[in-house]
Amino acid sequence: MLPAFDSSNFRRNDGGSSVSTSLSGYGGRPSEGRASEARGDVLGQWIARHPVAALVIAVAVILVLWLVLAPWPPGVEEAIGKKRLFVNALFNGITLGGLYFLVATGFTLIFGLMRNVNLAHGSLYLFGGYMGYEATQWTGSWLFSYVIAFVCCAIVGMAMQFFIFRRMEGQDLRQTLVTLGLSIIFSDLMVWVWGGNAIQIDTPDYLQGPVPTPIIASIRSSGEMVFLRYPLVRLVIFAAAVVIGIGMWLALHRTRVGVMIRAGVDDRDMLSVLGYRVQLLFVLVFAFGAGLAGMAGVVGGTFQSISLGEDSHFLLASLVVVIVGGMGSIPGAALGALIIGLSEQLGIVYFQNYSTVLSFLIMAIVLVVRPQGLLGRR
Amino acid sequence: MALEQTIETDSLTLPQAQQAGAVSRWVHRNAAILILAVLLLILPAVAGPFILDQIVGWTMILGMIALSLMFLCGYGGMVSLAQMTVAGVSGYMIAVFGPSSLPSISLFWPWWVAAPVAILIAVAFGTVVGALSARTEGIYTIMITLALATAFFYLTLQNWPIFNGFNGFTTIPAPHFLGVNWRAPIPFYYMVLFFAALSYAAVLYISRAPFGLALQGVRDNPRRMEAIGYNVTAHRVAAYAFAALIAAVGGILLVWQNNQISPYSVGVNAVINILVIAVVGGITHPIGAFIGAFIYVILHTFALDALVAVGLDGRRFQLLIGLGFVIIVLFSPDGIVGIWRRLRARARTSGGGNPL
Repeated sequence: MLPAFDSSNFRRNDGGSSVSTSLSGYGGRPSEGRASEARGDVLGQWIARHPVAALVIAVAVILVLWLVLAPWPPGVEEAIGKKRLFVNALFNGITLGGLYFLVATGFTLIFGLMRNVNLAHGSLYLFGGYMGYEATQWTGSWLFSYVIAFVCCAIVGMAMQFFIFRRMEGQDLRQTLVTLGLSIIFSDLMVWVWGGNAIQIDTPDYLQGPVPTPIIASIRSSGEMVFLRYPLVRLVIFAAAVVIGIGMWLALHRTRVGVMIRAGVDDRDMLSVLGYRVQLLFVLVFAFGAGLAGMAGVVGGTFQSISLGEDSHFLLASLVVVIVGGMGSIPGAALGALIIGLSEQLGIVYFQNYSTVLSFLIMAIVLVVRPQGLLGRR
Repeated sequence: MALEQTIETDSLTLPQAQQAGAVSRWVHRNAAILILAVLLLILPAVAGPFILDQIVGWTMILGMIALSLMFLCGYGGMVSLAQMTVAGVSGYMIAVFGPSSLPSISLFWPWWVAAPVAILIAVAFGTVVGALSARTEGIYTIMITLALATAFFYLTLQNWPIFNGFNGFTTIPAPHFLGVNWRAPIPFYYMVLFFAALSYAAVLYISRAPFGLALQGVRDNPRRMEAIGYNVTAHRVAAYAFAALIAAVGGILLVWQNNQISPYSVGVNAVINILVIAVVGGITHPIGAFIGAFIYVILHTFALDALVAVGLDGRRFQLLIGLGFVIIVLFSPDGIVGIWRRLRARARTSGGGNPL
């Protein structure tokens, strides 16, 4: 260990030249192409290895598609209720999953790179929501409020990493306890400033109201087809979440910083020993993760409302999403967010008194069957 | 893991020859605890119901719940945030099985059936929590137990058939038996004192029994313990079960004391407060849980007036708790007990007084 540290000091004094040459050697296009081919093979191999699971998943996908696209025969409607309810819950679940993804992805990124379970993440979400609310009040621009929320939360996140966590690196448990203490402080400060009342961020006019979707909700006795109408803003925000997710994937797999982050997730010490400026990377990732949580706060304020207690709600959501999806994995966060969002919304419709138990059950099952999460690595 | 420290086990290896002097030596070493015990026993003679019930009684109940966390964390290295939830489960169950103001839900069983059943269910719950989180370590345990605790909070909030949703239960009387109303201040105080002392002694005893020593081995090096032939997961789950027993008893006492239970009794704040209590007191010794609880209760009771007196908003109590917690974690990870230990060690080295 010691000689390695010596060489890292040496490397740092050496300047950036050696760093950039070694990086360009790593991230060339051809290797990426091969990697994606290999990934296709992996899917095929997975199906070959788990034929039963693959079959179950395929049947489930077809069943859901049928439930969504086909008009329901009367027998099905009698057994599980109106189609409109089901499709609405499905859409709500998917869009809520988009929101959970925005919150959880910052959480999982910070965890993956710094081994820091940021239990103040819910507070950052709430803070972003409040800042976004203030921004819309002042400027009247909904889009601008995202920028404000992102920047404010990113600054708070940077400050947390720079002033506190940097000083206790490697002490996971202590860091976590500090984030817990910070979450108490933040939530009380926010109650102080904004009070306990729920606040709703107004949807801008151009996104107001529902839009018709090409999905049949029901068929009237006259034979006329009724199409489902769904709030435009939720669809737009879901699309934005997907775009952000794809953007992050591209940034992680196609840029230099992304390569550094992935290398850091795999082996932080090695990256540091090789002479990269890990501390700078930590601050950046913390800022980005916190900023995403802040943007999610604006989304949440538009979707639902922001109020006292939402911080723990979204902390729970991020925890469950990350535990289900796999800690430190961004595709895992996406999958987990989708599952939890769906289970919550479908649960509210079909098991009113026990809807949280459903997501909790999913979490418990995942922990028993696959403790590292669905897409997590050991 | 900065929070973990080895526990003093020097009193373990007492040679047989010194058995005679052992009693006086034991008294000498535990003088502080004995004085405290005597003080607590004669306290009802001098203190009024407010101090008995709202200060000391509440301290001991919170201390018991924090003690169950201290046991898991200090000896087992597992920071479980679900201990308040275990206490909440038993509290809810005593309201469901025993009497309350809600005849539509409560079953009005007598206390000697309701309380054991409630404790049994809570211990089963705590063991399941343990089984789910025992295979993980460190921060993963915090995440999983926090998720379980929050899930239980939302369950109680939205479930009406069993937990009566937002309202919870009120008017849950402590039992009358042997001709004593056990909710009257002095009997209740002694009941709480009995259970708190019992759990304190049980934790101390187990920490020095083979099971406790093996558990500390698991905390320090699970891999090596596995290699020696200990079943690491079984030890962890058993520790969760034992801790759940203490928390469950504390939960019932808490419900009897407050005369109500609602989702916010098991909310995220309550869950975190237990961790704050245990960490501020110090998780390296069982007494830390009670010290932390005492500080918390004093702050909770008097902070409002104190804050107003210095010209601040009295509602900033949580801010005070959070700041105090962060400062303790930053500067003395082993809490007040750690500060005390360091002071004692410094006094010993500089003064050179008692070489015990």
